[in-house]
Amino acid sequence: MSLRNDLLEGTDGREPPLLRPETSSGIPLPEFLAGDGEEVPGEFPFTRGIFKNGYRGRLWTFRQYSGFGSAEETNERYKFLLANGSSGLSVALDLPTQCGYDPDDVMAIGEVGKVGVSMFSLAEAETVFSGIDLSKISTSFTINGTAAIIYAMYVAVADKTGVPRSALTGTIQNDILKEYVARGTWIFPVRPSMRLIADTILFSNEHTPRFNPISIAGAHVRDAGATAIEEMGYTLANGLAYVDELLRHKGDANSFAKRLSFFFYVHMDFFEEVAKFRAGRRLWAKLLKQRYGINDPKALMFRFGVVCGGSSLTGAQPYNNISRVAIETMAAVLGGAQSIFTCAYDEAYQIPTEFSAEIALRTQQIVAYESAIGKTVDPLGGSYFIEWLTDQMEKEIAKVIQQLEDYGGVEKAIEDGYPQMWIAQRALERKLKKDRGETVVVGENYFANQKDSAVDYGQVFKSDPSGEARIRSRLSALREKREHAKVVTTLDALEAAARAPDANLMPFLVECCHAYATVGEIVARLKSSWGEFSEPIRL
Amino acid sequence: MEKLRGKRIIIAKPGLDGHDAGAKIIALTLRDAGANVIYTGLRKSPDYIARVVIDEDADALGLSILSGSHNALVAATIECLRKFGGTDIKVFVGGTIPASDHEALKQLGVVAIYTAEMKLDHIVASLAEHLG
Repeated sequence: MSLRNDLLEGTDGREPPLLRPETSSGIPLPEFLAGDGEEVPGEFPFTRGIFKNGYRGRLWTFRQYSGFGSAEETNERYKFLLANGSSGLSVALDLPTQCGYDPDDVMAIGEVGKVGVSMFSLAEAETVFSGIDLSKISTSFTINGTAAIIYAMYVAVADKTGVPRSALTGTIQNDILKEYVARGTWIFPVRPSMRLIADTILFSNEHTPRFNPISIAGAHVRDAGATAIEEMGYTLANGLAYVDELLRHKGDANSFAKRLSFFFYVHMDFFEEVAKFRAGRRLWAKLLKQRYGINDPKALMFRFGVVCGGSSLTGAQPYNNISRVAIETMAAVLGGAQSIFTCAYDEAYQIPTEFSAEIALRTQQIVAYESAIGKTVDPLGGSYFIEWLTDQMEKEIAKVIQQLEDYGGVEKAIEDGYPQMWIAQRALERKLKKDRGETVVVGENYFANQKDSAVDYGQVFKSDPSGEARIRSRLSALREKREHAKVVTTLDALEAAARAPDANLMPFLVECCHAYATVGEIVARLKSSWGEFSEPIRL
Repeated sequence: MEKLRGKRIIIAKPGLDGHDAGAKIIALTLRDAGANVIYTGLRKSPDYIARVVIDEDADALGLSILSGSHNALVAATIECLRKFGGTDIKVFVGGTIPASDHEALKQLGVVAIYTAEMKLDHIVASLAEHLG
C-alpha cells in the first residue's frame, strides 16, 4: 500500500496558506491567551506546548505510508516519491530483518520480504537507496531489535556514496524496552540491548547529529491493552531508563536529551487524551530537571508523534472509523503533537486500500485547514476541567513510574515479566468490558446493524514464495562474491568489542556492514557474546 | 461455569509475529473457564509447538497468527503433530484470518477459527463443544 505524493498537495499543486490568525468572521486571534503570572506555551514546564507559536509557524507533520516489496521495488517507489517532491522516506522492514534472521534461516520461512523489505546486508541497502542522495532526504526506519545494525548499514551506504555522515537525517525507532512488553522483536537480554541503544545515541551525537537515534514508544503497549495513564507512565519510565543508561556511558545529559522523542496512540476518550499529552509533557520536563539537573530548555522539550486509530477502530461498520479518527486527530492537535499518522478506516482488518488511505490523510487536512483548531496555541489551557484533568493524569502517571521503580526498575520488571502480565490483564479487561456492554462501541456491541456486522478480512499480507526464493538466491550470490576473510575479521572484532564492557559497538557494526556481513551473521556473533532474551511467561 | 474444567490446552505463537495480546487474552479466558493452559511465548517453530503439545498430553492447541502467514504455519504445525502421533488433538486458530482462507484451514483439520470481534463467552462455549 502506498500513498501518492500528490495527495499532500492541492490538485493544482498549490501549497495551502499558513493558518490565518483570525476567526472566520474576522475576529483577530492572539497567539495564545494566559492569565497574569500563568504558564505560557514554549516555556518550562511546557504543559501548554513546546513552541510559543504552536502550529502557526508550522503545522504538524502529516505522516505518510510508503510501499514494501523487494529492494528494487522499494527503490522504484522511493525514486517516484522523491521525484514528486517528497523529502522523507519511511522504510518498513520484514520480520526476519527485524528479528535478526537471514532469509535462508529456518525461522524466516514464509516471512521473507512480506511486511517490509528484506535488508539482510549492505548490498540490499545499496539497492534500496540506489540513485538517491542521502544528504537530501530524511529516512525513517521502523526498527528496534536490529536498529543498531540497520543504522550502521545506513551510515555505510553514506560512506560508500560519498555523503558525509553529518549530513544524514532520519529516525530509527530503536526502543527495545517496549518490544519486550508489547511488540515482540527483541533478540538479546535487556542489559546488553540497553548498551546497544546507548551506543547508537552517543555515536549519533558525534557522527550524525541531525539523525534521530530513538523514538520512545508507548503506542504498542497502549494498543495491546494499557490504559492512557499506563501508556504514558511506562513510556516515561522507559525514557528515564535510557537516560540512566546514557549517563552510565558518560553521555552529556544536556546534549543527548535533545535527541529523545516519543510516540503514542490516540484513542477515543477525547479529554483524557488531551490531558495525557499535557501531563506527559510537563512531567517529563520536571523529571529531567529535578533528577538530572538538565537546564537547557531544548533538552527539556517533550517532542512526540502519534498514531490515531489502532484498536479503537472496529471491523464492524468500518466507515464509522472515519469519524473516530477525526475525533482522535483533534485530540492529538489539542494535545500538541509534532506529527500525526491517521489510520485508514479499513486498517482494523486489512491492508488499507489507496482509497481508504487517502481518506485518512484528508481527515488530517480537514482538521488542519478547515476546522482551524490550531490557530491559537493550547486553546483548552485554562479550562477548569482540562487543567484539573491534566493534574489528575500527571499524578496517576507519576504513580505508574513509581510502581515500576519500587519493583526495582523497568529492566528488572521486564526480565520478570511483570509489565507483560499487567498488559495482558488489561487487554482481557478491555475485551470483557466490550463483551459485557460496559464500554459502548457504536456499530459493534450497540446499534449494530445485523446486515453490516459480518466482517471479512480482505487483503492481508500474502507471502510470495517466488519472491522469497529470489531474495534467498541473492543472499547465496552475496556469500560467493564477498571477500570472506574481511567478513570474518570484522565479525571477530565485533565479538571482541561486545565482550569488552566499555567499547562503543557502532564503529564495529559499520565495519561489519562495509564487509557485507549479513544481519543474521552479526546477530549470531552478538548472541554468542550475550545470549538471548528468555521470555518470561507469566499469566 | 467452568466449561473447560480438566481440559489441557496449549496456546502458541508460531512464526515471527510479535503481537501476543490476543493469544494472552485467550489463554487467560480459557484458564478462567477451568482449563489447564500453557502459553508457549513468541516465535516458536511448528516442531517445538507440536512437541509441547505431545509432552503436555494436551487436548487442544490454539495457534495465534496475525502476520498473514497462517496457511503455511498451520499446515506445518499440523504436519508435525501428525508425525508425533497427535492426530486426535483439536487445533483452533485465531488472528487476522480472511474468510477466504477458512475453508482451506478446515481442510487441514482446524476445528474452529476465532477472530477479535467474537465474544469470549462464545469462544469458550464453542471450544467446550469441540472438546466434548
